[in-house]
Amino acid sequence: MDKKFANLVSSVVPLPIENIDTDQIIPARFLKATTREGFGENLFRDWRFDENNEPKADFVLNNETYKGRILVAGKNFGCGSSREHAAWAIGDFGFKVVVSSFFADIFKNNALNNFILPVQVSEDFLAKIFRAVEKVPTTAIEVNLEEQFIEIKATGEKEHFDINPYKKTCLLNGYDDIDYLLSLRNEIEAYETTRPFNF
Amino acid sequence: MGNTLFDKIWDGHIVASRSGHPDAVYINTHFIHEVTSPQAFDGLRKRGVPVFRPGKTRATADHNVPTLDQHLPIKEALSRKQVEMLTANTAEFGVELYGLGHPYQGIVHVIGPELGITLPGMTIVCGDSHTSTHGAFGAVAFGIGTSEVEQVLATQCILQYKPKRMRITVNGQLKKGVVSKDIILYIISKISAAGGTGYFVEYAGEAIRSLSMEARMTICNMSIEMGARGGLIAPDETTFEYIKGREFAPRGEEWDKSLAFWKTLRTDDDAVFDSELVFDAADIEPQITYGTNPGMGMGVTGNIPALAEIEEKEQLSFSKSLQYMDLQPGTQLLGKKVDYVFIGSCTNSRIEDLRMVAEFVKGKKKSDDVTVWIVPGSKQVEAQAIAEGIDKIFEDAGFQLRQPGCSACLAMNEDKIPAGKYCVATSNRNFEGRQGPNARTFLASPLTAAAAAITGKVTDVRAMI
Repeated sequence: MDKKFANLVSSVVPLPIENIDTDQIIPARFLKATTREGFGENLFRDWRFDENNEPKADFVLNNETYKGRILVAGKNFGCGSSREHAAWAIGDFGFKVVVSSFFADIFKNNALNNFILPVQVSEDFLAKIFRAVEKVPTTAIEVNLEEQFIEIKATGEKEHFDINPYKKTCLLNGYDDIDYLLSLRNEIEAYETTRPFNF
Repeated sequence: MGNTLFDKIWDGHIVASRSGHPDAVYINTHFIHEVTSPQAFDGLRKRGVPVFRPGKTRATADHNVPTLDQHLPIKEALSRKQVEMLTANTAEFGVELYGLGHPYQGIVHVIGPELGITLPGMTIVCGDSHTSTHGAFGAVAFGIGTSEVEQVLATQCILQYKPKRMRITVNGQLKKGVVSKDIILYIISKISAAGGTGYFVEYAGEAIRSLSMEARMTICNMSIEMGARGGLIAPDETTFEYIKGREFAPRGEEWDKSLAFWKTLRTDDDAVFDSELVFDAADIEPQITYGTNPGMGMGVTGNIPALAEIEEKEQLSFSKSLQYMDLQPGTQLLGKKVDYVFIGSCTNSRIEDLRMVAEFVKGKKKSDDVTVWIVPGSKQVEAQAIAEGIDKIFEDAGFQLRQPGCSACLAMNEDKIPAGKYCVATSNRNFEGRQGPNARTFLASPLTAAAAAITGKVTDVRAMI
């Protein structure tokens, strides 16, 4: 896993579908691995391949025209199951950023915990990206975490995005939550002495 | 200004709240299962860190287990390896396991409550989005990813942003043939699969209060299907009555002290929610979904929306969904032929669900064209069903009573609905491929599912009771 997040300029893979759930991102039958690696192979498995495991020509990941490290998808991306395998599959396939107008909560946490940046943009800006890519499939997008903006390079159209300052620091420096939580050991033990029951 | 129940529990579990950081929240009970835990244990090994409080984590095998011949070794190699790894990991790290063959084994969200592990006022997490089920007891319970499972194993805490608060009030009384599953499907159909995202929900109102604990669990279970982090119901006499005497529930003096605390767990009258929704139970008819997310639902006698009724920018997703289901906009589902009926999952596999189905099908026979799978939520549910003779009723009706597990809800094991077939399911998700590649799911209540099993068609159960 590539931990530190650097400024990224890349073409994008557009997926203008809403409510993409984690069962689509990685179907349950591929959750049997016991390591974090290799899930990219089955990313969007049933959209990418037919029942004979042949690539479906009409699916965007099978289209040579669209490449890049940024996935752009319709609203409510990552809804459904909490499986972190969805974030692992997206990262393993090579994406560093997912752009949508709305993310499901658990997916957003899982992505951040795997140094994949979920960039939430307005409906309007999302539509602009889809239009730009429809016109020019190699359209380059810049995602600048340091300064928190996303820009369509060809047109200069730009939008600010929000990210929690703590998570931003984690991504820029490659820190994870467990490092921080382990540093709270004394506070955790002190808290436990204040609770008479297991609730 | 007063506090909501959610605030009281959450704030009472904050270990550290540093500026610029999410809250570090203490977790009372952590459930794990075979699918989302192996990488977390692996992480602990790599860091050289033990499980911080092994007694506060309980494990079971449910997602990946067969529902036939559980006494035999698991046939499928990858599934077997995952279940074996859970056994090895829990042994190495000192975590209690209710594995295959154990009398407490079952779906993680069924066994926590039935064993009296789930209690009011707790914070509860599990690497499974339906952890919201435990909110029925007045607990703050939510699903997490595997990195977060590792956090909890390592520190008994989780770093988390506090969600906003939503209250959903359902007034009045349910009509005949309408059950708790219909309430939650109705709410999700009204506010969409993303309508609760960013919120933690409290369910309130007469219709909710009148429900049994098991029916309340069905409601809270599906909170995630509207995008909410979790949902809870303030504990009351129904809750306390359910917990008392269960295996791990407090006893004696400890019970008295616990009860005194639990009675304080309610939202203050002047508390303010970020969002308030109100529904009337009398408006709810038996529900069924027609699409590929749980928000795409309607009353069983309703029509699928016409394309013109859908917002323009959502039409592409809507059409894609109906194409997958091979259904036409603007048509009725009533009378649609079904191939499978699945009664099970953490939503509807408890003893009351099985009793409800048994009472309805007693003396009836399933349609010849339908395969019916009943998958109990736990070994205890299975044993109870057999003790009550429910297994015989199912056998006479031609229903197959299988062994406990998640089964065809997510089809990780062999229990898959074949491509192109229609299944009326009491589970929680109708996503594409959820019940097997190209399988088509109609979500409904146990009663509506049982009616479909008898007639072989999508049926309005009210006409049969």
